[in-house]
Amino acid sequence: MLKMTHLSKSFRTEVVETYALRDFSIHVRPGEFVAVTGPSGSGKTTFLNIAGLLETSTGGTYELDGEDVSKLGDDARSRIRNGKIGFIFQAFNLIPDLNVYDNVDVPLRYRRMPGAERKKRIGEVLERVGLSARMRHYPAELSGGQQQRVAIARALAGSPKLLLADEPTGNLDSQMARAVMQLLEDIHRDGATIVMVTHDPELAARAQRNVHVIDGQVVDLGEAPTLRMNAQAMG
Amino acid sequence: MFAYYVQLGWRGLRQGPGLTALMVLAIAVGIGASMTTLTVMHLLSGDPLPGRSAHLFYAQVDSDPSPHRADRAPLDMLDYRSAVDLWSAHRAERQALIVNSTVKVRASDAGRSAEMAPMLSTTASFFAMFDVPFRYGGAWQTEDDTDRARVAVISSALNQRLFGGVNSVGRIVRLRDADVRIVGVLAPWRPSPLFYDVRAGRFSQGDTADFYRAPEDVYTPFETGIEINDGNFLPFTCWASQPSPGHLQSAPCVWVGLWVELANDVQVARYRQFLDDYAKQQQSLGRFVYTGTRLQTLMQWLDFNHVVPSDVRLQSWLAFAFLAVCLCNTIGLLLAKFLRRSGEFGLRRALGASRRAVFAQCLVESAAIGLLGGIGGWLLTLAGLWLIRRQPAAYADLAHLDAGMLVFTFVLALLTSLLAGLLPALRASRVAPAMQLKAL
Repeated sequence: MLKMTHLSKSFRTEVVETYALRDFSIHVRPGEFVAVTGPSGSGKTTFLNIAGLLETSTGGTYELDGEDVSKLGDDARSRIRNGKIGFIFQAFNLIPDLNVYDNVDVPLRYRRMPGAERKKRIGEVLERVGLSARMRHYPAELSGGQQQRVAIARALAGSPKLLLADEPTGNLDSQMARAVMQLLEDIHRDGATIVMVTHDPELAARAQRNVHVIDGQVVDLGEAPTLRMNAQAMG
Repeated sequence: MFAYYVQLGWRGLRQGPGLTALMVLAIAVGIGASMTTLTVMHLLSGDPLPGRSAHLFYAQVDSDPSPHRADRAPLDMLDYRSAVDLWSAHRAERQALIVNSTVKVRASDAGRSAEMAPMLSTTASFFAMFDVPFRYGGAWQTEDDTDRARVAVISSALNQRLFGGVNSVGRIVRLRDADVRIVGVLAPWRPSPLFYDVRAGRFSQGDTADFYRAPEDVYTPFETGIEINDGNFLPFTCWASQPSPGHLQSAPCVWVGLWVELANDVQVARYRQFLDDYAKQQQSLGRFVYTGTRLQTLMQWLDFNHVVPSDVRLQSWLAFAFLAVCLCNTIGLLLAKFLRRSGEFGLRRALGASRRAVFAQCLVESAAIGLLGGIGGWLLTLAGLWLIRRQPAAYADLAHLDAGMLVFTFVLALLTSLLAGLLPALRASRVAPAMQLKAL
């Protein structure tokens, strides 16, 4: 599903070149739930941005769903983001002046999906995250947990092949965090491939596999303590 | 997608209503100022006879023998003999001689006192050549020109003043000391400019507002007018002293205009040749020293005379400069507005919007601001024209917004806002999604 080989990302100034990722390789198979952990500044977010085609790498190759996406142009990357990737952000990233329905609708609009199909799909995903009664509410009228569930519904609406979650429970209290995590596990159980960046070892332990990143490199990979590892980390 | 962008555009307007109101105001004021002056420009520089003006020509020969003129070219009018010679030759499909004067006029069978009224002495074809509309009766006959018939056509306004607006055909009106019979009453008619009377505009240093005055009140056959109102014809230019001042027929002066109607290029070429031949013939007879001639279409003649007043041109430039300032302000405000929403644009990009989609969304929002600005600009234009109609300018009463200019108001507002939106939309479309996601 996701295969990065010897990937690098550097930022160059006039005097120094800083590597955010260096010789970074990872292989996530279809249906896996992988947690990427590491200290602040280790390169987790850069990895996630590149995995989500929000940034480009400066070296190495990146294959997504069997297609080399390292050298694609901006339009093609936008299409892939829209069609194959679902994002779940720590800060939920809902558009404050759009209601729940319209927020979930955003990625479907860019897919030019017919109105009736969009309506059906939005109804289904909001039903799934338990928010079909809140369709006309605005983000400010929802709790943090509910906002994150809207964000998950938005990520699921386009039936993506890959869900990328960046600290999905980072802004939630423990009760809401558990509920959101449960939802992600349910989604994974239904066959979704999930890559989750987190600081939280407890959350990481609920993934199938952990990938530890330090100084822009994968330094350790292993089976999560509570789940059976079913995939090899490196391709 | 366009419907989605429109929906987002209207929603975007409601975000930061203060900024939106400022932008709408900036565009409205800029559009209002420029459309007010542009409307006046449009009214003053338009073709007064669309479809016909290309066939109407103003004829000139150089009868002035003065050797000292640096710009050796025919004067703007003809001397009496040349004018009558050219007209009598009947070398054009239609032709009209014109001279202007002011005459004392009163209805001989009404009790009201006399008034001074502008009079045009011309020939019968004048009315057909220039599409002059009649309310009652019609033009005099061509024989009336040669017979010096005591007949007249009067304007709608004079008919209202003298006869209360009723059909006055057949009534008698007294011009100076002569009674003439009314054969026609014009319908309201307001050519802009009063093109057949345009002369010497290029010497007026831009003060050409008088070319936009209302048409004359009284029209008489050419010779009839000269007989009745001799000594009162203006304007004239002389190159020697007049033997009997005021009597211009035999004076070394130009004071008559000649308009001819020519249907096609062949007729135009023939008429040019005719003018040249006439000038050479007059030179050989010793009456002309120079043989220069000129034949210009109506629009060429108006351009040649710089009919649009220079202050109107200046105001137009100033208004457009003001619009440019408003445009720059709007660019700045749009930049601020879109910058504030970088987080949203970054998120949209992350969720699959292409740069083009974000660019289009921002441009549609700019266009929505332009449309609102257009409505404000339209209202300000109406107010501006209302103010102009209260100015003591000869063209003041012409200042109205026609359908074409109304449409142009909104087109200009739309173009202005799209132009203003280009740079901010481009910047919005180029936000780095990864950088902006934390800004939402």
